[in-house]
Amino acid sequence: MNKSLFLGTVAAVTLTAGMGMADTLAEVKARGELNCGVNTGLAGFAAPDASGNWTGFDVAICKAVAAAVLGDPAKVKYVPTTGQTRFTALASGEVDVLARNSTWTFSRDTDLKLDFVGVNYFDGQGFMVSKDLGVTSAKELDGATVCIQTGTTTELNLADFFQANNMSYQPVNIDSNAEGEQQYMAGACDAYTTDASGLAATRAAFADPENHIILPEIISKEPLGPAVRHGDSNWGDIVRWTLYALIAAEEYGITSKNLEELAKSSQNPEVQRLLGTTDDLGAMIGLDKEWARRAIAASGNYGEIFAANIGEQTPIGLARGLNAQWTQGGLQYAMPFR
Amino acid sequence: MSDTHAQTVSFVRETMIEASPPPEKQAGAVKWLRENLFSGPVNTALTLLAILAIWFLINHFWNWVAHSVWNANSLNECRQIIRDTWGEGSTGACWAVIRERWNQYTFGFYPMDLYWRPTMSFGLLFVALAPVLFSESRKIRRIVLAVAAVVTLASMIQLNAPTPWLIFAAIVLIGGLIISERNNSWLLVFSLLYPFLGVWWLWGGSLWGPIMVIVGPVLGYIAWKLLGRISPILASVGMIGVTLFWWLALAGRAARDAENILSLAITPVNSDRFGGFLLSTTIGIAAIAISLPLGIVLALARRSDMFLVKSLAVMFIEFIRGVPLITLLFVASLLLNYFLPPGTNFDIILRVIIMVTIFAAAYMAEVIRGGLAALPKGQYEAADALGLDYWKAQRLIILPQALKISIPGIVSTFIGMFKDTTLVTFVGLYDPLKSMSDAVRASTAWKGIYWEPYIFVGAIFFIICFGMSRYSMYLERRLQRDHR
Repeated sequence: MNKSLFLGTVAAVTLTAGMGMADTLAEVKARGELNCGVNTGLAGFAAPDASGNWTGFDVAICKAVAAAVLGDPAKVKYVPTTGQTRFTALASGEVDVLARNSTWTFSRDTDLKLDFVGVNYFDGQGFMVSKDLGVTSAKELDGATVCIQTGTTTELNLADFFQANNMSYQPVNIDSNAEGEQQYMAGACDAYTTDASGLAATRAAFADPENHIILPEIISKEPLGPAVRHGDSNWGDIVRWTLYALIAAEEYGITSKNLEELAKSSQNPEVQRLLGTTDDLGAMIGLDKEWARRAIAASGNYGEIFAANIGEQTPIGLARGLNAQWTQGGLQYAMPFR
Repeated sequence: MSDTHAQTVSFVRETMIEASPPPEKQAGAVKWLRENLFSGPVNTALTLLAILAIWFLINHFWNWVAHSVWNANSLNECRQIIRDTWGEGSTGACWAVIRERWNQYTFGFYPMDLYWRPTMSFGLLFVALAPVLFSESRKIRRIVLAVAAVVTLASMIQLNAPTPWLIFAAIVLIGGLIISERNNSWLLVFSLLYPFLGVWWLWGGSLWGPIMVIVGPVLGYIAWKLLGRISPILASVGMIGVTLFWWLALAGRAARDAENILSLAITPVNSDRFGGFLLSTTIGIAAIAISLPLGIVLALARRSDMFLVKSLAVMFIEFIRGVPLITLLFVASLLLNYFLPPGTNFDIILRVIIMVTIFAAAYMAEVIRGGLAALPKGQYEAADALGLDYWKAQRLIILPQALKISIPGIVSTFIGMFKDTTLVTFVGLYDPLKSMSDAVRASTAWKGIYWEPYIFVGAIFFIICFGMSRYSMYLERRLQRDHR
């Protein structure tokens, strides 16, 4: 901050033009730290604990990328972003990668000049209602009051769903998940709608979860994934293939525990390529041979990350569902490492 | 005279009749009630309504407050305890969350073994503030400093502060107490140094950084003195030029070189570790301390006869006042990045402090302008008649009176600004009210907790703001010069 403040303002004009061309990989390496945009606090996905250490499903992506690029999963600077600042923070260069449960949509990918590199969680919007309401399907919600978070894709999906089914509803606008829970519990709305993962987590935290049900209808597709700036394809490749490395690792049975052993002994050529025993895939994206091995070592493969943060053993208690491997009937499918 | 009545009046009472007690309806509590609460039909109706409202509130919330749980490790445990103790279906407050996360609400993510550093900074802040805030009363200074000394040292011991620093803090606190007894104005030296020391204690790193920042104005002063013999304009330009040149070009390198020769570094703490009330008070105090002088300058500039100065001040004030604070914060956090070269690390807290400060300064300028406008013209003319130049007239005659008039407005701007520091949540900083509470709720143990964090944070804000308001009333009484 002590130098080039003045020069910076002078060079601003040239910079805005040059921003898209910037070499993020070189910047991150020079800085020695990955700036990762995360949620300010979402149970299971990203949250700082009592001593400020970040954990969560999205945070694991940050750690894996930092491990792959810088060799140390701890070299991440977590930049908490709000729903309003997240995309600008990415576009302005405040963060290198945004791992903040953001839905991949057409306009965000094109108009906002982001590149979603993949999907780490397939979500969908659902409804939660009190059992006393006697409703078993979202189609019976005609005339209901619905608590809905403003400024999100869920707000638009809700309008679409009710319009498509020729029903009316009364929105109760809320600002955050905590407020939504409170309004719903206080009876300000008949139904609470948000991503199904969020509903499950919310319901689990109730004093009386058995009195509330999550309706079976999923009314939207919410593919959540990490995003990078448009225009730096090499950096996008690194984040994308780090994500694929985690997913592929689960497919091939590579875990954080048997990682070293498999690297030495595995006869599977795909595993050998992934772990850098043979071939040098890393060189093609500007990294070293063992990048994927470190990424997997950071917090385990995709399945391990899922189980540790949001899986059925955690209080969030999400089933794999759509997020199971393609071999298990889910949608998680890593492109071949070749 | 006495003779005339001696025959006509047969009996003259020699003692006074003892005063009989007032009628029961005109005394004590009954009188007070009759006069204040039931003086007429409208008043009576309003009183009854108010009692009803209070009763309703207590009835509604009493159980919740009475069923408070302080010892639990999660919300579910709290609920379990409440169920077990007061029966199925009863509700209660779960203050255990505050008990478990109080450190986060206070210090954010500041490294736990360094908690003593913000604590010490806060304690020594009173040594810096006492001579300014209580310059007129030795007794109040003594109380404030003694309490600060005891509380600070006790907390530092509790937080395992290293012994050398403990001794340092003790010397400053007790030394401050002694100096304030003898000669208050000497303590002002510490007040001037405190901003630099405070920054060093909070953010850590090398002491040479703040030292080199102080060197800038010193060099500027020397340049001013040297050039002053040639021409006053050249001297002013030289002073500003030398200071800026030193800060922008040389200070960083000088600090690094000095650090290499003699290391004065303590563990650095990054801005992203700040949060909770540490963040709020850092931003609040910095902005309060800078916005008052800045506001005075702006107010004077706006009333200036010089066209350029006046129009610049008007534009600045009107522009800043016309824009919501959140917009300025967004500019600070996001837009600035477009204009800075990649890799420039312009500290986010510093950016926010700058924005909050100029926002408060614009309001401050208008408040003080109100005070200036309230002074009778005679005061200005008297100053002129005495032959004082502009600055002397302002310093000796105009501003002391104008500031005194503006005290309530100034303090209310401070209070508003201090509360506005919670808005930094929108740029991803951990303010105590929303971001920190959301972070606490994001942990699975405390998910679902809602009112308790709000009430706790609200109570702390109330204490601080109420303190400021009481201080302003004290100051008004203290400075009362009219003889009513």
